[in-house]
Amino acid sequence: MSLSSQMFPSQARMQPPSDAIVFENVELIFEHKPVLDGISFRLPHGETKAIFGAAGAGKSTILKLALGLLKPDSGRIFVLGEDITEMTEDRLFELRSRVGIVFQESALFDSLNVRENVAFRLVEEGKTPAEQIDHSVREALSFVELENTIDMLPSELSGGMRRRVAIARAIITKPEVLLYDSPTGGLDPITSTNIIELLVKQRDVYKTSSLLVTHRLQDAFVMATHCFDRVGGHMKKLPPGSKAEVPMSFLILREGKVIFDGDAHELAHTQDEYIKKYLS
Amino acid sequence: MSAEDFLSGVELISPTEFAKQKVQAVQDYILLSAQALANLFRHPLYIADILQQADLIGVGSLSITVLAGTFTGAVLAMNSASTLQRFGSLSLIAQLVSVGMVRQLGPVITGLMVAGRNASGMASELGSMVVTEQIDAMRALGTDPVKKLVTPRIVSTTVMLFFLTILSDLFGLLGGSAVATLLLGLDFRQYWTDAWQILAFADVFTGLIQPVFYGFVIASIGCYYGMATSGGTQGVGRSTTQAVVASSVLILAVDAFLTRALTLLLGFR
Repeated sequence: MSLSSQMFPSQARMQPPSDAIVFENVELIFEHKPVLDGISFRLPHGETKAIFGAAGAGKSTILKLALGLLKPDSGRIFVLGEDITEMTEDRLFELRSRVGIVFQESALFDSLNVRENVAFRLVEEGKTPAEQIDHSVREALSFVELENTIDMLPSELSGGMRRRVAIARAIITKPEVLLYDSPTGGLDPITSTNIIELLVKQRDVYKTSSLLVTHRLQDAFVMATHCFDRVGGHMKKLPPGSKAEVPMSFLILREGKVIFDGDAHELAHTQDEYIKKYLS
Repeated sequence: MSAEDFLSGVELISPTEFAKQKVQAVQDYILLSAQALANLFRHPLYIADILQQADLIGVGSLSITVLAGTFTGAVLAMNSASTLQRFGSLSLIAQLVSVGMVRQLGPVITGLMVAGRNASGMASELGSMVVTEQIDAMRALGTDPVKKLVTPRIVSTTVMLFFLTILSDLFGLLGGSAVATLLLGLDFRQYWTDAWQILAFADVFTGLIQPVFYGFVIASIGCYYGMATSGGTQGVGRSTTQAVVASSVLILAVDAFLTRALTLLLGFR
């Protein structure tokens, strides 16, 4: 029995209300080659799902599909209860105000400074007064501890700072879902830990559902074994045995197919040779 | 390297697939252009972006337009002088430069200069935005990149090329007058009187309708190749070259069809 039929036995077209994102047997083909081949998974509200896989396995493509930037060749995608598979771009613009994304290389607008980058969505929507926008920008930059860079251009920032500004830009509208595309890729260990701490803070303080694409297993395991201490204002390690309290799951792709979908405990006890090799 | 080794690295493509790709490209270009024009009637209009692009395209192209216009007028006068002298009609040089610049050379030379400068600029700027995922980021942030980036560039180029062409015509006549008076010894006042009086409505109309089409061609082609960029920084370079080549050739093609159409419409020979 396929994973899809196990997850969706009745082939229902309605997304369960408890899920932020649902992929239902999604297929995508680029230049006659299947990039995603029958991908199915669910992201419950409030949970973070780390997506692993070798380069070219289709990890980033999943994020673009979840945001409607790409359309699948077959299958269905539900985001926040809405079927986005055949949704028009105008309707997707509305839905995207509830979903934030941090791109692999930050994708900050070169010609705009940090303030304008972070405020971009609010300015474009044209519904928020200038004073409120300024307040929201400072609040978002304060979350990523980069208030002092507000008037700087992206070219004046380091790689880690650009990622943090990208996170600020993604969270300024307090989205219900966040998509992170390799937020720590190419960064040093200290900066990577700082970024992961921000992700844990977003997950535990704002209870945001998120998909995290990463090459670094360590990042996902840190997220699975740590929680954010609101009193201390920093990330802290959970005592042994309390890992199940963290809303964290893992999805592993291989050649466009899902070969694992479960929590940290299941991952640690998997018998799949490829996954064991991948984890080692 | 043997021919076999060389061919092993070449990706061969069937004629049918090649034709499909070309038809698809034309279809995508038409769709992008139509969408960009339709956005003129949809809110918001991005006035600030239009003005910024007008400054970059119009004011930024001022120097090359003035220089190209001046030297084209001067060269036209020098080349015509030798021919006109054979028939003892050197006094007609003002009329020849005036009609030549205003009706044909001014718009085309300005179009080609602006295409070289701005179609490449648009393709490389938008192409860089595509490969660094800034276009995806814009869509993800709820903004239509065609409305925000393409429509302002088309409007600005079309409007500014109109005014740049007028300047180019004027400086072409100035270049011609410099040659006529300084090298050929003709009277300055007589030159300008002749240049002004020879111009008919049809000449001016023909000369000023062309930049509207050329401006659209330059911006739409530049934006199309920019938005269709793939393959990283190498792809940006390829898009930039293709944008300049395609816009330049299209300007000359549009010129040919437009000249024929206007000849039929306005009835001049």
